[in-house]
Amino acid sequence: MIDTTIAAGTAASALAGLDDPACGTRRALSVGETLNQTLAMAWRALKKMRRNPEQFADVTIQPLLFTAMFAYIFGGAVSGNVASYLPLMIPGILAMTTLTASMATGVQLREDMDKGVFERFKSLPISRMAPLVGPMTADVVRYAIAATLTLATGLLMGYRPGGGVAGVGAAILLCLVTGWSLSWVFTWVGTIARSAQGVQGISVMILFPLTFLSNAFVPVDTLPGWLEAFVKINPVSHVVTAIRDLANTGTVTMEVTWSLLGCAALVAVFAPLALRRYRRQM
Amino acid sequence: MTTSTSGTTFTAASTRVDLAVETRGLRKSFGDTLAVDGIDLVVPRGMVYGVLGPNGAGKTTTLSMLATLLSIDSGEARIFGVDVRTEPHVVRQLVGLTGQYASVDENLTGRENLWLFGRLQGLRSAVSRSRADDLLERFGLADAAERRISEYSGGMRRRLDLAASLIMSPPLIFLDEPTTGLDPRTRGQMWETIRELVAGGCTVLLTTQYLDEADQLADRIGVIDRGRLVAEGTSDDLKSSVGSSTLQLTLADASQLSTAADIVARRLGAHAVLNREAGRLTTPLDRPDAALDALVDLRTSGIAIAELTVAKPSLDEVFLALTGHGTSDDDSEGDSR
Repeated sequence: MIDTTIAAGTAASALAGLDDPACGTRRALSVGETLNQTLAMAWRALKKMRRNPEQFADVTIQPLLFTAMFAYIFGGAVSGNVASYLPLMIPGILAMTTLTASMATGVQLREDMDKGVFERFKSLPISRMAPLVGPMTADVVRYAIAATLTLATGLLMGYRPGGGVAGVGAAILLCLVTGWSLSWVFTWVGTIARSAQGVQGISVMILFPLTFLSNAFVPVDTLPGWLEAFVKINPVSHVVTAIRDLANTGTVTMEVTWSLLGCAALVAVFAPLALRRYRRQM
Repeated sequence: MTTSTSGTTFTAASTRVDLAVETRGLRKSFGDTLAVDGIDLVVPRGMVYGVLGPNGAGKTTTLSMLATLLSIDSGEARIFGVDVRTEPHVVRQLVGLTGQYASVDENLTGRENLWLFGRLQGLRSAVSRSRADDLLERFGLADAAERRISEYSGGMRRRLDLAASLIMSPPLIFLDEPTTGLDPRTRGQMWETIRELVAGGCTVLLTTQYLDEADQLADRIGVIDRGRLVAEGTSDDLKSSVGSSTLQLTLADASQLSTAADIVARRLGAHAVLNREAGRLTTPLDRPDAALDALVDLRTSGIAIAELTVAKPSLDEVFLALTGHGTSDDDSEGDSR
């Protein structure tokens, strides 16, 4: 079918004395092209971030506020004093702020998709993945800011992570991986919700129970049995434990493996869902 | 209809590269609303083809399907002989789309926008930048190159939008209502740019609500109403269906309207459209001299005229002549996408 089309086209153009415009076109994109397009989209997202600094509110003010607030409010009750609460809490806040920031990725991407420029992206001969993956990847910068600020606030308040620079670095890296992977869920929500507010609403509903019904802020053994059971299977608990192990002791435990496997599972499920939805309906 | 949707129904003989656009029985519905209801379009290369119709007629939907932004429910579409359904990626390389709403990035400057679209389509950074600069120069935006689009005026946005479609010099350009909302001067500039494009070998498919725009620019015009192509031809063909101009009379005494209409119809050989509240009648006019005869007849019958205009037919009148209804009672659903 394809061969006859081309042959007929060439014959007709030869008759009419015209070149065939479809002649120099390509049928598919290479991996390198897809990568270049994704980078170009990430560049666009970074420019946008730099020019709209108010977008950084959730990754600057929130970590500072939450770290101080949680430490002083829960510190005494949970661990007797603030200083001994910090090793328990800081990894919890690290996980929570990156997860919240990844929710904003979905909301902002949805806002972006409603703009005219996304129509153009769709009309261009570019990978259908680039307009989603580009901004998602650029947002890793935001997660890094959130994680660094949380950690800095913790250090100021007297948190002394036993894992050293390497352990803390690995913990932050795990945060970034988790944030990026989870942002696929919110990007998918972004492609099914009717508006950016809708994305916000649905995402908070997903994220709130996951972060609070975890071991992020309290030791699990203080919880009633049924809640303890849920907290133990909650993936956020595994991420928080993994971050604690890395930052506080510098050890790579099975929890890290579970966390990474969980991230891989999220991407494996939600990336195809989001892409299919974006390709078809938007 | 649904059985003929696969690409194979286009036989090799019908695949013609001398046709920039070729559609058969193109259909699209949104829920219960049939937005495009079997449109057959043939656009030869190297011309400006105007798709004329009121809001909601299905113009934008048709264009969106041809530009691969919307899926095709049924029917066939080819761009330079390439099947839109089976080869969307190839079609996207052949078509530059300038939408109804500026589809450029608000947060970027003019130059950054063009550079980005060049980069996305595989240009090297330096090449993309020099092409961006050429286009900015050509569209009179060189001074605004470093300004963000959010600071651009409506006309500047449209120009940049068109420039963005041209960065890879596609052989076919779709323009969706390129001048809607522009002031007359900017509109004239846009027309000039479109003419230059065609002179440079491009084929242009544009949609418009304005008859004069189609008249000024298009070599051929397709009139779309309620998702169907109701007329097709050159501007002259269309206008001859409504007379080359219209005579509009407002009577001093509205009760004489019917009598006046009879007299005018006898002299001009065409039926008048009456507006009883305004005491006004509108009728096609082929020869301006005939208007004078009609006026003399009215005076002899003692009918006084309060106001008189001879004007080019409006889209409304073309529509009335072609469809039997005006442009105002449209169901403005279909174009919303």
